[in-house]
Amino acid sequence: MSETKPIWIARDFSRCSGCRRCEIVCSIHHEKKIWPDASRVRIYMLVPGAEIPHLCTQCEDPPCVDSCPVSALSISEKTGAILVDNEKCTSCRNCIEACQGRIPFLHPESRKAVICDLCDGDPQCVKVCQEGRWGALWTTSEKPMGNEDFNKKLYARKPEEMVKDFVTLLYGEKGEEFV
Amino acid sequence: MRGYAGKFLEIDLETEKIKTVSFEDEILRTYLGGRGLGTKILWDRLGSKWETIDPLGSENILLAMTGPLTGYYPGGRICITGKSPQSNGIVGSTIAGEFGIELRCAGWDGIIITGSASEPSYLSIIDSEIELKKADHIWGKEGKETFKILVKEGREELFNKKSEYGEWKNPAILYIGPAAENKSRMAVVSGKWTHAAGYGGYGGVMGSKNLKAIVAKGSGPLPEVSDADKTFDLLDKACKDLMDNDAFRRWGTGYIGYDCGARTSSEPIRNWQEEWHDERSFGADRFEQRVWIKRYWGDFGCQTTCYKIAMCKTGPFKGAIDDNPDYELQAYLGPNLGLYTPEEAVYTSSRMDDLGICGIQGGNVLGFAGELYQRGILSKDDLDGIDLKWGDAKAFGDLAEKIAHREGIGDVLAEGTYRAALKLGEMKGTDLTKYVVHGKAIGCGAHGIRSHLDFPTDIAYACSVQGGDHTSVAALPLDHGNSELNTLLHDSGVYCWFNVFSIRDGLLWEFLEAVTGWGITEEEWYSRLAPSVIHIQRAVLLLGGPDIKWSPLEDDENPDRFYEPLPSGPNKGDKIDIATFKDMRKEYFETVGWDERGIPKSEVLKSLGLDDVDKALREKLN
Repeated sequence: MSETKPIWIARDFSRCSGCRRCEIVCSIHHEKKIWPDASRVRIYMLVPGAEIPHLCTQCEDPPCVDSCPVSALSISEKTGAILVDNEKCTSCRNCIEACQGRIPFLHPESRKAVICDLCDGDPQCVKVCQEGRWGALWTTSEKPMGNEDFNKKLYARKPEEMVKDFVTLLYGEKGEEFV
Repeated sequence: MRGYAGKFLEIDLETEKIKTVSFEDEILRTYLGGRGLGTKILWDRLGSKWETIDPLGSENILLAMTGPLTGYYPGGRICITGKSPQSNGIVGSTIAGEFGIELRCAGWDGIIITGSASEPSYLSIIDSEIELKKADHIWGKEGKETFKILVKEGREELFNKKSEYGEWKNPAILYIGPAAENKSRMAVVSGKWTHAAGYGGYGGVMGSKNLKAIVAKGSGPLPEVSDADKTFDLLDKACKDLMDNDAFRRWGTGYIGYDCGARTSSEPIRNWQEEWHDERSFGADRFEQRVWIKRYWGDFGCQTTCYKIAMCKTGPFKGAIDDNPDYELQAYLGPNLGLYTPEEAVYTSSRMDDLGICGIQGGNVLGFAGELYQRGILSKDDLDGIDLKWGDAKAFGDLAEKIAHREGIGDVLAEGTYRAALKLGEMKGTDLTKYVVHGKAIGCGAHGIRSHLDFPTDIAYACSVQGGDHTSVAALPLDHGNSELNTLLHDSGVYCWFNVFSIRDGLLWEFLEAVTGWGITEEEWYSRLAPSVIHIQRAVLLLGGPDIKWSPLEDDENPDRFYEPLPSGPNKGDKIDIATFKDMRKEYFETVGWDERGIPKSEVLKSLGLDDVDKALREKLN
């Protein structure tokens, strides 16, 4: 395989089918098991139909990395992913609190921080989402207009906040009744 | 044991006692899970007194069962079962969603619920923490409101108990609506907004137990399998194969609303008075382009994503939301009521979902009432002023509301079409059962048999152990894809039947082997395992009671309507020929191992180790 460029997983909630194939392949890849709550991408369904794939947004100035007191988090030069050093992680939860979207979480068994590592440049979630032609997730490396990284952080939002916007897009004013 | 968490949660709602139940490998290997294992549990616990058990009484047992393939095979489901308030037998009724996955990740293969709670309650399962909570605040609420409150409470509870882990996803929820609270025999167990375990009437059972909902969240992985690499490889293959079924992905069952009417003449129209229409206003394209706001919608691991989300954004039904609606609801709550626009079908379907009435059984009873009104048997007075004319969506929606709340005529209709016909017939002094299209008091699925162009055959409903259930039909050969001995595998597995249509030959059996490692072959399934379940289901169907008991042969019949010739369309004149039907029934009984009256033969039962079933049948069925 040729040298991997930094990538980003772009996302379109309106195309998410809620099939959770992403959770399945992510946990198979990382855990060798089907383990939805250990998946680096997690589908929130607070309102049926308004499924939200919740995963790291790779902020340009990742507050999670800065917040780590033991430098367990780093940015991969190869892919741009936030990498967690499980040996160093003390389960202090600073990264969760530092992230405006509360996207990192502790692994239900090891209790170490879990953050999307982009599968070292070949994200499995994207693969199945594309294979199924849903197209809610795809990878991109383009920077057509200046520093696109700057906008990625906008996607770091709590599930409730995201759902609140999305239900209105999906269900119109009726959507407001559901959250 | 591989593919199982290894334990089942049992709760007695009366004493609130909780225990852990497990089954020996041999039992699990024979009955797998879901419908199969549920049937076994019900027989072992209630078999000796089956005919005395009131399905809506506290003695009935409600089961929510996963199977070894739940979460592994594409399309997660869970099977709800118990003694059915519709057939008085056992119906395995599956519902899509993440509930089975959450349950298994919490360390449980299923839930066994006995007794009745003294007040409205809901069951909360967070891994090994089990709690029975008060449900006064949600009792009486319709589907979407119930769901919303439970998601909020579930998330709060997870945050309170496990905040150190960060954010938790929403728990999975099974719940009931007003119809079930009022013990309608047509009430469903609901999931999300639009999913339902309909056939069997287990919402009513849940309501009779004062159980509004079950909320589950598990944080562990799915149970270990026998060969993980093989399982994941087969999963990948299955998903790739399923992509070939493009039309089904694109339209779900939604394309049949036009197809079953125009092409196969097998769609219920005005209570099955006709089965043909060429109304293009009801085509898949109209649904797709007018009301589908989400084109692909699925549940855990589903590659097919045949659900769609439909919503009326303008017009008189603005705000109505439903999935697809899938073909069954499209038909039963569309042409069956004289309705031919997507918007009307979305509206009537959404009312059923919110009220917690089965779209099939509810559509069946609404059509029945419509025909009685058309014939002047039911008057506007009888209907509390509703002018129940074909094609009036609002009128049918209003009647559904009365059914859910058992108001006026709704109290009789809430019993389901067959029982309502008996009662109304008594009141009107005439036989009304001839207008009921059912098998063993279960309204037939929206696939007519008169034209012989749709998948169910002459004997499909008459000889099925699940009566009118179109997902469990009698068919020959016994290993045919439509045969209930085959769909039993999906109902016991437990996963979605709609994720097997385009997979390569043999994959399913390899998958079962990779997960369980039990060496179950196709041959053994059809000769020994599936028959064990089917025979028990047949036995309890014949034992029946307490209110209705089916007579062998006499009740193994088609509804009268199927012997009337189709009045319109290219298949005009087609009907079921009674002599042909009887020959087919005879052949079916013989093939499956039943005697000429359809009673499982002694030697067959004994060869399967079902001696107690044999004994009960000989003692009780003379």
